[in-house]
Amino acid sequence: MSTITFTQQLNETTTLMRVKSPDAATRAKAGQFAIIQPDAYGERIPLTIADTDKESGEVTVIFQRVGRTTDILSKMSAGDTLAAFAAPLGKPTDFGDSNRVLIIGGGVGTAIAYPSAKSCRQSGKSVDGIIGFRSRDLVILEQQFRGNTDNLQIMTDDGSYGERGFVTDKARQLLSDNSYDLCVAIGPIPMMKAVCLVTKKFGVKTLVSLNPIMIDGTGMCGCCRVSVGGETKFACVDGPDFDGALVDFDELSLRNKAYLDRERCDKDNCRLYNQAGNQV
Amino acid sequence: MNIPRQRATEQPPDIRAHNFSEVSGGFDKDTAIKEAGRCLGCKNAPCVSACPVGVDIPRFIQSLKQGDIGGAYDVIRLSNALPAVCGRVCPQESQCEGKCVRGIKGEPVAIGLLERYAADNADVTTAKVSLTHSVGIIGGGPAGLSCAGELLRQGIGVTVYESLHKVGGVLSYGIPEFRLPKSIVQSEVSRLIEAGALIETNVVVGKSITLDELRKKHNALFIGSGAGLPNFMDISGERLCGVYSANEFLTRINLMGAYDGRHDTPVNIPRTAAVVGGGNVAMDAARCALRLGADKVFIIYRRSAEDMPARREEVRHALEEGIELLPFTVPLRFNGENGVLTSVVCAKTVPGEPDASGRRSPTVDESTAFELPLDTAIIAVGTSPNPLVAANAPSLTRDSRGRITADENGETSIANVFAGGDAVTGAATVISAMGAGKRAAETIAKRLLS
Repeated sequence: MSTITFTQQLNETTTLMRVKSPDAATRAKAGQFAIIQPDAYGERIPLTIADTDKESGEVTVIFQRVGRTTDILSKMSAGDTLAAFAAPLGKPTDFGDSNRVLIIGGGVGTAIAYPSAKSCRQSGKSVDGIIGFRSRDLVILEQQFRGNTDNLQIMTDDGSYGERGFVTDKARQLLSDNSYDLCVAIGPIPMMKAVCLVTKKFGVKTLVSLNPIMIDGTGMCGCCRVSVGGETKFACVDGPDFDGALVDFDELSLRNKAYLDRERCDKDNCRLYNQAGNQV
Repeated sequence: MNIPRQRATEQPPDIRAHNFSEVSGGFDKDTAIKEAGRCLGCKNAPCVSACPVGVDIPRFIQSLKQGDIGGAYDVIRLSNALPAVCGRVCPQESQCEGKCVRGIKGEPVAIGLLERYAADNADVTTAKVSLTHSVGIIGGGPAGLSCAGELLRQGIGVTVYESLHKVGGVLSYGIPEFRLPKSIVQSEVSRLIEAGALIETNVVVGKSITLDELRKKHNALFIGSGAGLPNFMDISGERLCGVYSANEFLTRINLMGAYDGRHDTPVNIPRTAAVVGGGNVAMDAARCALRLGADKVFIIYRRSAEDMPARREEVRHALEEGIELLPFTVPLRFNGENGVLTSVVCAKTVPGEPDASGRRSPTVDESTAFELPLDTAIIAVGTSPNPLVAANAPSLTRDSRGRITADENGETSIANVFAGGDAVTGAATVISAMGAGKRAAETIAKRLLS
């Protein structure tokens, strides 16, 4: 049983949670994830590790409230225990022998991109960052990112903070003006797909972190299978990072909707929602 | 004396097809004693030699004949750490009961049901023994639990490392409630804990801790990490929504409780489902699909019904419940719309030359292709060893199929690191894994206690 040590609402929909797990805190590398199950009746979901503290033995995850399980998690607090917490899973991000890296985070994906920036920075690489959000009130991890990049650009869809526009707009500009040997793009599926189309034009290899539905996270169920270069890969053990140019993002989008109908109809009698379908 | 083989009570097919409660009610005391009376008590008991863990079958049945249920249980427990499980899931027809002398001229003694009766009804008190040494057991499935049981019996301490949040391995995530109630698995595990077993869940060896680190913590290790990696067929459409590996489908239902409404993990309710494969896992998946509410469930199998490796009882139960078998059939591809499965295209097979297993390997006749509309397809064509444990242990030798290499005592290429079960043999049965776990435990005990 792992215990939650700290929680913080970063904004209306995003929660930061720290969990005591000394083994995971010592071992986790950028790109790896944790499987978390809130309680005995809960789902097991993967959340990428956003940060670790070896001294205190804590692992940080940052997640957006998008469905039932993240909703339950967002209501938990320090001192609560999790029914399952297994980490670090998946392969660490392989930065290869890159020297100059462009790291792009979109929305809550910024939290997942942050360990990449930190890791690249610590190994002496030159790091530029672009982080994008819908609006100013959703901006997260700005200071942390700024401390681990040589040059950080912030984009908002509505222009309420940083520059107005998408991360792809800024990526196109930075790729024209600079030469990178690796890009890491993490965010919503349409964003990763769009970034890959841009970086492809500039011939820059781009790693993406995929977020399919998982259960065990150890290669046992095959639910997380994704198409990479026409082959079936299990995101939990072969990934979650893959060469974005080879990923079938459209298929991933469809597979992530496999239980949407079920989740909708369950809202009527689920323990989180009342009869009117409103959250209680 | 000509008593016929006694039958266990069973839920009627039309009722049980709609619930997840156990199908077989087992024996009551009178029936058990009557059935025990059929045992000839052979001196040179062929049933014992056919049991992978060598239960002294005539002796435990002798106790039952005298109404001594506790005595019967104690005899079984000397060789078998999980009798309530084995009484339910062993393929008795090809092991103990297959060799029963009574079976030569009639029906064999119902050894499995008697074992189950003794395990379910004995008053068990676990004697507290003081434990010495410490063995690390990787994987809380049948191999690991059996290894743990034997070591504890010999006074050796164990720590079981389980990657999931519940121990039991395939007993928890794979075999459904209606065949093996989870309360039975729990009580078997509780007996091991009472005997001193330490259990650490959520430990993914190879990820959250390495084999080398565990070697430093323990006097010896046993790897029973199973064959958890599902095989797919590499045909078109396998990534459509609605196509499941049997592992995923069964894990959602059994481990995560998707069938009972209290659990959050979803499973889509099938209307028409097809399961590909002919083993116990295929039967389990088909019968789960039916119980979730499917109108029609098919089992697609490339050979004849007789060739299916599933336990006879499971096949009989499945057919009684209305599941339709399509023998001599293989899927060629899955069709879908908007990423969602709509049909499977199949073709008939023709039996060819006998393969290594002596069964005739089928060849596909594509001219017989036909389309079966469906919304759920479950692939149960086998599993491969999970590579995670070995991933960070280069000195652990594996063969080309990822199976850990072990000698006849279960010792691997690393001294004092043993392995057994599906991780060594590839996908097999619960009881063969338990046999391997027990044999390794005997070697470990001999070494540590000498």
